[in-house]
Amino acid sequence: MSTAGEQDADLSLQEEHESKTHRTKRRDGDRQKKKRRNERRKGGTRAGEGEEDLQAVSEKRERSKRKRAKSKQETSRRENNEEEEAQLTGVREVDENVDKGKKKQGSTKKGEKKEDGGKQLVKEKARDIKKKNSEPETSEEDDDEEEDNDKDVVRPECLSPEELEKLKEAVDERKKLIQSLRGKPWPMKKKLVTLRESQEFVEKYEGALGKGKGRKLYAYKVLMTKKWMKFQRDFENFKTACIPWEMKIKEIESHFGSSVASYFIFLRWMYGINMILFGLTFGLVMVPEALMGRPYGSMPRKTVPRAEEASAMDFAVLWDFGGYAQYSVLFYGYYNNQRTVGWLKFRMPLSYFLVGVGTVAYSYMVVIRTMARNANESGVGDDNSFNFSWKMFTSWDYLIGNAETADNKFASITTSFKEAILEEQESHKDDNIHLTRFLRVLANFLVLCCLAGSGYLIYFVVRRSQKFALDGLENHTWWERNEVNMVMSLLGMFCPMLFDVISTLENYHPRVALQWQLGRIFALFLGNLYTFIIALMDEINLKRKEEKVVKFNITMWEASLYNGTVLENSTAPPVTIHPADVPRGPCWETMVGQEFVRLIISDTMTTYITLLIGDFLRAVLVRFLNYCWCWDLEAGFPSYSEFDVSGNVLGLIFNQGMIWMGSFYAPCLPALNVIRLHVSMYLQCWAVMCCNVPQERVFKASGSNNFYMAMLLVILFLSTLPAIYTIVSIPPSFDCGPFSGKNRMFDVIHETLESDFPPWFSKVFSYASNPGLVLPFILLMVLAIYYLQSTSKSYREANVELKKKLQMQNEENKRKNKRAALKAQMDLEEARKTAQEQQRNNNASVQDQEGESFDFKY
Amino acid sequence: MILHRCVIVSILCKFRLHLKGFVIMFSAIKPSIQSICFSHAVFLSLQDCTFFTRKEILRLHGRYHELAPHLVPMDYTNEPDCKIPLALIVNMPELKENPFRNRIVESFSEDGMGNLSFNEFVDMFSVLSEMAPRELKAIYAFKIYDFNVDNYLCKEDLEKTLNKLTKEELTPEEVELVCEKTIEEADLDGDHKLSFADFENMISRAPDFLSTFHIRI
Repeated sequence: MSTAGEQDADLSLQEEHESKTHRTKRRDGDRQKKKRRNERRKGGTRAGEGEEDLQAVSEKRERSKRKRAKSKQETSRRENNEEEEAQLTGVREVDENVDKGKKKQGSTKKGEKKEDGGKQLVKEKARDIKKKNSEPETSEEDDDEEEDNDKDVVRPECLSPEELEKLKEAVDERKKLIQSLRGKPWPMKKKLVTLRESQEFVEKYEGALGKGKGRKLYAYKVLMTKKWMKFQRDFENFKTACIPWEMKIKEIESHFGSSVASYFIFLRWMYGINMILFGLTFGLVMVPEALMGRPYGSMPRKTVPRAEEASAMDFAVLWDFGGYAQYSVLFYGYYNNQRTVGWLKFRMPLSYFLVGVGTVAYSYMVVIRTMARNANESGVGDDNSFNFSWKMFTSWDYLIGNAETADNKFASITTSFKEAILEEQESHKDDNIHLTRFLRVLANFLVLCCLAGSGYLIYFVVRRSQKFALDGLENHTWWERNEVNMVMSLLGMFCPMLFDVISTLENYHPRVALQWQLGRIFALFLGNLYTFIIALMDEINLKRKEEKVVKFNITMWEASLYNGTVLENSTAPPVTIHPADVPRGPCWETMVGQEFVRLIISDTMTTYITLLIGDFLRAVLVRFLNYCWCWDLEAGFPSYSEFDVSGNVLGLIFNQGMIWMGSFYAPCLPALNVIRLHVSMYLQCWAVMCCNVPQERVFKASGSNNFYMAMLLVILFLSTLPAIYTIVSIPPSFDCGPFSGKNRMFDVIHETLESDFPPWFSKVFSYASNPGLVLPFILLMVLAIYYLQSTSKSYREANVELKKKLQMQNEENKRKNKRAALKAQMDLEEARKTAQEQQRNNNASVQDQEGESFDFKY
Repeated sequence: MILHRCVIVSILCKFRLHLKGFVIMFSAIKPSIQSICFSHAVFLSLQDCTFFTRKEILRLHGRYHELAPHLVPMDYTNEPDCKIPLALIVNMPELKENPFRNRIVESFSEDGMGNLSFNEFVDMFSVLSEMAPRELKAIYAFKIYDFNVDNYLCKEDLEKTLNKLTKEELTPEEVELVCEKTIEEADLDGDHKLSFADFENMISRAPDFLSTFHIRI
């Protein structure tokens, strides 16, 4: 309601105009009234909260009055004023009554409000109803607008500083209340009423704050904060409107529980990041070069060489990212090394370098921030002291909305309870621990063998492909050309299955098993990736040797050309040679980029194909062959597949790692990845809904989010390492790419500093970057890290200590209670005993008496 | 000076008119799609009181209307006073499979019988949404598990909870044991029932609580 006047859509423009004219009329009309109202305000503030209700009532009356006044114009206002005055005297009386307790009331406003909730609630309700009946929404808007005008009316000069201070406090408190209202565990009606009241309060008194010159500033500040809040809210609205696939994820969540859904949420998050990376590379590198750089065919690095021209448009070549695709903005080699491009004087090489660095920096920032947030959110749940309670209160997944999944969940909860009971009853039931241990060791050994074998296989294949490459690719079959990628994809496909089989030996709890599985696949992928990188390094070295030879040849060639022209006629300009005919070096950067792009493409293809064959075809076969088969296929052996969370997540993470690694040499990679993620979102959503069944043991993916993030961070680090190594230590090719002609790629920074900034800046920079300053700085950071770590350690220890104390207290309490109970019991027993004794005595005495009496009788 | 101010004011007014035009445009577009009428103030107050944004509130109202088309009017500008009974609400697909569905709805209703007005409906999903803080969720979780509304989780409550969780497939002895263990673990003051302080202490360390006590709407 803060800026309700301008937000109100229903209010027509005409009406506003009307009200404006009306406002001016009123302003010059009644100075007297202002003064009087001022007094009233003063009284109101002095009384503080104590007469809040009364105030509200008076306010309401006043408001309705004003409305009436508006319609009836000036004539009726005098009456109103009189009426108001009468009311004012009433208020003042109340003032005097509550004057004694005003301080207390002023400070404990909120608490008081909460305390007398019951009573007040009734009042509030009544008022609420009254309000609803008396004034529909639009009129309230009008009133708010008028109250805006009233702000001018309250003169701060009439308030003493303490009162002002108090008022300010009250307003701030109200504001805080509004801010924190959504986190309050009150019923909705109370929240709404409180909201409305506080907003009215703030609206009314905010204008009265501040004094003299400060007042304007304050008002301005208030206005700005209002605007800012509105903007924030609109932005928030916009942001949620932009989040895609909410319904899809919800559907999956209700069918498969949160663990499967966590994969899709992760996928969506990844998509967002890639969108931003894509925006960076596309907007700052690819588009400027394509629009403002030299056009295609203007220089050797931007033209297809003569030898390849014939096949440059073949689909097979394009699919391999050769031919025209290779000599385009998609790859590093196409970019020119001219310092500025176009009329904007866009610093192309600098932009290229900074985007490369920025991509990595942004990724680090996002991953670490997300990790920190996740760590804050998840409780510290590593101790095992609340085993049963947690099972009782947190094991139901409220997201589940599918009958089958719910049944599975019920079953899994029951079994988990039974397991826990069994464990509790015989806490150390280790039947044949030696066997399990042996099996686990065996399993790990097998896994290690697999890893080593796959590593060797990749190395072997890469070596072989280099040999093929030396021979010339044209002489070989399709398989031989794509051997590396295919082998890597196949390994990535089959090894996890093998691990799955091996892990059944180990007999772990599914959650532990999942983590082991993740760790193993991670190791496999990492090994594969690094073997690939090492092989690539070999190839880079080969190319650089080749480059040296070519460079030498080119100088010879140029010299001969020059000589030739000199011989023919010395005055004519040198012969222009078509750029396609100029000999050129092997551009190793483009080669690296191409390798990564091919890897991504083949990886994507294998993922989709396994999805179609492994899930869809299997589901179709199981479904339709079931009618004519010997045994029940759906319940028996093949059945439908379950969604493999770990494998998919790791696939995604490694894919991202390759993007990070290769995007410096192939700016098109983020774009490709965005397309890939988009398609796989739809494809996998469809596949999971149509051909997978819910897991038998639905377990939560709690904490695994940070596990994924940690893996992503590791991959990010490992993938930036080789990229940074190549950037820093290998000189760029001499005739292609934005850094050609420089000794190292980062020389572009020096160049910019020297030519684009004033000399003092480069001086400062050189001072700042000399080791004498950098080393102490690093030392300082290390010390800071050490300090923070030690403090966090001490906090943790204190935490443990407190926990221990709490437990001791708890036990003591229990013991005390028990003792008290025992004592009470004993007291009771004693009392009973005494009572019995007394009774016996009585009886005895009675008997005696009776006996006596009997005696007497007899 | 005054002239200056006049100019500024007139510019501001113009700007406001523009803004208003936009707002009108938006509000003209939005309801025609959703065919629901909300006044802006209702949106703002609901956004202040819950964790939802405009789009989500509209979606929620769509769901609310779906539940009882004959009870709930499409036009919500005047905040009509209508309530939907429990039996209709628990049939939402989001709640249908939940073993505690009745308790959830009851603990968010003002009368405790499970009749929800739209505001309470929004409040319910706001607490169960992703953005709600742990403390707030804990308070309502306590209310939900407190079957007999005595502000303590006593043994009966725990038994009921457990039976709902396992569809009564545990034997009475097992139920007894689990309840005993639960109280033993979480009860700090030794009164053989869990007060809110006990419950909060326990739930604040549960790793899964936030991810499971959550309904996406």
